[in-house]
Amino acid sequence: MTALRHGVWMMQRHLLNLWRQPIWIAVTLVQPVVWLLLYGALFKSVTRIPGFHSTSYIQFLTPGIVVMSALFSAGWSGMAVIDDIDKGILDRFLVSPVVRGSLIFGRLLNGTVIIVVQSLIIVGLAIIVGARFPNAWGIIVLIVLASLLAAAVGCLSMALALIARREETLIAAVNFFVLPLTFLSTAFMQRSLVPRWIQHAASVNPVNWAVEAGRNAVLPGTDWGMVLTRLGLLALLTGICVALATRAFGAYQRAV
Amino acid sequence: MDAIEAENLVKTYPGGVRALDGLTFSVPEGTVFGLLGPNGAGKTTAVKILTTLSHADSGTARVANLDVRRDAARVRRGIGVVQQKHGVDIALTGRENLRLQGRIFGMRGREIEERVQHLLEQVGLEEAADRVARGYSGGMQRRLDIAMALVHRPRVLFLDEPTTGLDPEVRVAMWREIEQLRGAEHLTILLTTHYLEEADRLVANLAIVERGAVVASGTPEGLKGELRGDSVHVELGDGALDGARTALEGVEGVREVAVDGRTLRARVDHGARAVPLVLQALEARGLAAESVTVSRPSLDDVYLRYTGRSLDQADRGTTK
Repeated sequence: MTALRHGVWMMQRHLLNLWRQPIWIAVTLVQPVVWLLLYGALFKSVTRIPGFHSTSYIQFLTPGIVVMSALFSAGWSGMAVIDDIDKGILDRFLVSPVVRGSLIFGRLLNGTVIIVVQSLIIVGLAIIVGARFPNAWGIIVLIVLASLLAAAVGCLSMALALIARREETLIAAVNFFVLPLTFLSTAFMQRSLVPRWIQHAASVNPVNWAVEAGRNAVLPGTDWGMVLTRLGLLALLTGICVALATRAFGAYQRAV
Repeated sequence: MDAIEAENLVKTYPGGVRALDGLTFSVPEGTVFGLLGPNGAGKTTAVKILTTLSHADSGTARVANLDVRRDAARVRRGIGVVQQKHGVDIALTGRENLRLQGRIFGMRGREIEERVQHLLEQVGLEEAADRVARGYSGGMQRRLDIAMALVHRPRVLFLDEPTTGLDPEVRVAMWREIEQLRGAEHLTILLTTHYLEEADRLVANLAIVERGAVVASGTPEGLKGELRGDSVHVELGDGALDGARTALEGVEGVREVAVDGRTLRARVDHGARAVPLVLQALEARGLAAESVTVSRPSLDDVYLRYTGRSLDQADRGTTK
C-alpha cells in the first residue's frame, strides 16, 4: 500500500518534470507521428507483394508503431535515473523512508501515462489517414501489451543505469538493442514474407510478442487464446525485470 | 548519551581504495560535531554509512541508538541529511520539493503545509517558494536542501560539506543558519568540512580525519590549547623556496613547519623569541621575508601538528 502511494507521488514528480519542459512533450508526441507517416509512406507498396494479406499498410503498421514508440521511450528511461543520481536526488531518497520499489514503480507509471497518450495519438492519426480497427477492445489490449513491454524494458534500462551510472553505457546499450529488436519483429513486414532466421528470432523476441498480439487484437478475426498467452508472457517478463531493477539498488548502494 | 557512535569502521571501495580505515568517534546528543579533513579523507564515506546509504565492510555504527545496518528503516525516519550534491529536484518549486519530502516521512494535509511554510520562512525562501528551483542560486538551493532535511523534525542532522562551492558571503550566511539550529529541539548535528574556520565557529567537538581514521579529537579550544606556544607565519619574497623548510630544521624552539606557496607556517614554543632566529635562518639561505605574523595557534596549526601538512596542501594533493 505504502509502495503504491509512494509510487504515485514519484509519478507526479516525473509528470511535473515533463510538463514543465514543453519541448519534451513535443518530442514525445511528435516522434511517433513522424514514424507512422514516414514508414507508412516509405513502405506503402508493400501491400502489392504477393502473399501480403492486408490491403492497407498503415493498418498493418499501426500496432508496430505503437509498440515501437513504447519500446523507445522505455529504453531511454534509465537516462532520467542517471540524471537523478548525478543531481544527488536518488541518494536523498535512499536515505529517506521511501519504499525502494516505488522509485522504479513511479517511473513505470509515468512511462505508462506517456505511452497511453502516445498510442492514442498514433491510433487516432492512423484512423484519420484511412486505417480501420473494427475491434475497439483490441486497441486497449494493444496499449496494455505495449505498456507491459515498456515496463519490462524500462526496468532493464533503469537497472543498467543504477549499475553502470554512466550515460555513455546506457546510450550504447539502447542503440545496440532497441532498433535490432524492432527489425527482428514483424512490425514492418508480415511474418511469412521475412527470412526464416528472422522468423525464428521473432518468436523469442518480446517486442514481436507485443507487435503480433497487438495486431491480432485490433484486426478482425482475433485469436484471443494467442493474445492472452502473449499478455501472460509479457506480464511474466515484466515481473522478472521489476525484481531485477529493485535488486539493482543493492548494487548501486554497494558502489557508492 | 551519544546520538552517533561509529566504531572501527572500515570501508574499501571496489578497486581497492580504502576510504575508511578504523574510523571511531562518538557524538553526544544535542551537540554539533565536526569531522574535519581534506578531500578524500573519508568524511563523506562516513556520512554515507551513518545515513544507511552505504555499508561498512566491518565495524559498527549506531545512530540514535539504532544500528544503521539492522535497523536501517528506523534510522532513516529519525535522520535529516544534507548531502554534498544538493539533491533538489530543479524541475519542482521549493514548496513542491518540501511537500514531497514531508509526504515521504508520513506527514499529511495541514500539518505538512504549515511545516513547509514555516521552514520556507526560516530559511528565507518564502518569496521564491513557488518558483521552479532551476532558477535558484547555489545558496538558495542549499538552503532549500537544509529545509528539506529538517521537514520531519529529525533528531540527528547530517551536513556533508554544506558550504562547499558557495561564495564567501553566502557561506557566512549559511553559518548563521546552522548556528540557529544548534541546540534547537535537542538536535544533534554532524558536520563535515574542510574549512577550519567553519569547524572553529560551529562545532562543540571535532575529530580530524586523515586517510580514513581519526588522528586527533577534542574541542577546538582543547586541541588548540594542547599546542603550546605560538604560530609564526612568514610571507616569503622572491627566491628559491625549496630550501625554506630545511632552513628551519634545527632552529631552537621551532616545531612543525609547512610551506605552502610563498607562505611559511611554523609552530614555535615562544613567538617573540623564535622570530629573529627564524628570519636569521631564512636569510642564511638567501630567503627574504616580506612579512611576519605571530599568532595563537589556530585549527590550521592543529591540523599541521597531527598530519604534517596544511589542510590546503592536503586538499590540493588529493584533488589535482
